Amino acid sequence: MTTMAPDTESYEAVFDAAVAADERIEPRDWMPDAYRASLVRQIAQHAHSEIIGMQPEANWITRAPSLRRKAILMAKVQDEAGHGLYLYSAAETLGTGRDELLDKLHSGRQKYSSIFNYPTLTWADVGAIGWLVDGAAITNQVPLCRCSYGPYARAMVRVCKEESFHQRQGYELLLTLSRGTEAQHAMAQDAVDRWWWPSLMMFGPPDDESAHSAQSMAWKIKRHSNDELRQRFVDICVPQAESLGLTLPDPDLRWNEERGHHDFGPIDWAEFHAVLRGNGPCNDQRINRRRQAHEDGAWVREAAAAYAGKHRDTQGEARA
Amino acid sequence: MKQAPAHVPATAGAVPAAAALALGDDALVLSHRLAEWAGNAPVLEEEVALTNIALDLLGQARFLLSLVGDEDELAYLREERAFRNVQLVEQPNGDFAHTIARQLFFSTYQELLFGRLAAGDGPFAPLAGKAVKEVTYHRDHAEHWTLRLGDGTEESHRRMQTALDALWRYTGELFEPVEGLEVDVTALRDAWLTLITKTVRQATLELPTGPQAGAWTAGAGRQGLHTEPFGRMIAEMQHLHRSHPGASW
Repeated sequence: MTTMAPDTESYEAVFDAAVAADERIEPRDWMPDAYRASLVRQIAQHAHSEIIGMQPEANWITRAPSLRRKAILMAKVQDEAGHGLYLYSAAETLGTGRDELLDKLHSGRQKYSSIFNYPTLTWADVGAIGWLVDGAAITNQVPLCRCSYGPYARAMVRVCKEESFHQRQGYELLLTLSRGTEAQHAMAQDAVDRWWWPSLMMFGPPDDESAHSAQSMAWKIKRHSNDELRQRFVDICVPQAESLGLTLPDPDLRWNEERGHHDFGPIDWAEFHAVLRGNGPCNDQRINRRRQAHEDGAWVREAAAAYAGKHRDTQGEARA
Repeated sequence: MKQAPAHVPATAGAVPAAAALALGDDALVLSHRLAEWAGNAPVLEEEVALTNIALDLLGQARFLLSLVGDEDELAYLREERAFRNVQLVEQPNGDFAHTIARQLFFSTYQELLFGRLAAGDGPFAPLAGKAVKEVTYHRDHAEHWTLRLGDGTEESHRRMQTALDALWRYTGELFEPVEGLEVDVTALRDAWLTLITKTVRQATLELPTGPQAGAWTAGAGRQGLHTEPFGRMIAEMQHLHRSHPGASW
């Protein structure tokens, strides 16, 4: 680091010592600019993923095949909006604003998880998202509950609790389909076949190509490498797939006694990079829908602001 | 699986089935419409609020339909002419002002109705006692937004007035008698009008002057006569369930 201020060096020593001692960094604490920027990038991307992630699932709310499933799915999509809110709040403690972050999402300057660029083609996709996508998210996020930045770590504790619940519901949805009629079983298998590889891509590029990993691990924002977490996820999913009576679409998947882990086939990184570049099946659709909702809602937000301005003296802030 | 019920029994146990269906269908259909907002709301807080209201209504619907029969059979296997909801709740979302106007009209009615039902000792009293708390929140939410939109910007004022005017013709049906209901809903009209008038004026808006019913809207929804968008709505709602006869989900 450079010596920008006379005492930056001592601040930095305090910061490094706190991170080394597994203490939490809080909003008022001094932190390196790069640490702040890295957290804003990661938390914003996480928040955006919750918001964009509402779309593939909301796609099935109006067609949910039973009232019980409909209620579960609506509650889940509502939780995702709530997670987005916690995460934007956590990002705001770093000195940025929600409007600014949404603006960056809408203009493509900040990303969201590549997984949400895949379409939900059948009802079983709702189950596959719960089991695999939420399962991968939890595997990624549980270590973040111990992340060095306090507000992010605390948001993750709440998010992970709810995500675990959604994951079990997704598993149970697939189990019901798998044990249902032949057509339902086939629907479940087809969904798992389509969502398996994209779920493995959620852990990010392989360790030797991950640009941010080393620094994030040094700062204890990240606790495990992409490949470690991906392996952990595969090892968890294999027995679950067996209990579901479904197969995973990987001919190379097998137990490796020597490593004590499952070996698995190569990931199509060309597809991963294509989706990240904006060429996945739903990239345009997802971002356009988000922009549209935001633009269509502009007059509502303006009205709320105008009303609050007029009535600031006569009553407290009206409840949203 | 079971066939769609050709007709509904007059009473299912001690519960007047026609009334349970009428109230249950109102909640089911409005819940569905509100859920269409998921991912489209103007602010994140409204994603949470609208889904929250939709979930409350779905809970009410499931309770009420279960009093009559199998909730899924009733929701997914009846055809348009067998639904008993008022036409107001099936109206498309339109812009945010239309959604808020529909919610204001309906929640105010529902709060009055559930308040009366909760005070009695009829078969709906337990549900109404619980649901009246939810509905009070729904009305409060709609009322606050009516104020913000009506007394916000010029554009929001215009849109809110347009929405109130457009939906006004569907409000008369709320006060048509409901078969088997212990509360005389006709008698709720004055209290409803007083509450709506107060909110509308406070929002610097005008109470619509048109008739509260179209040529045949009053009472029509309760007789199974619906508006055109409704058929499309239930086609979407029912198609998956109907595509797999006998399946469990």
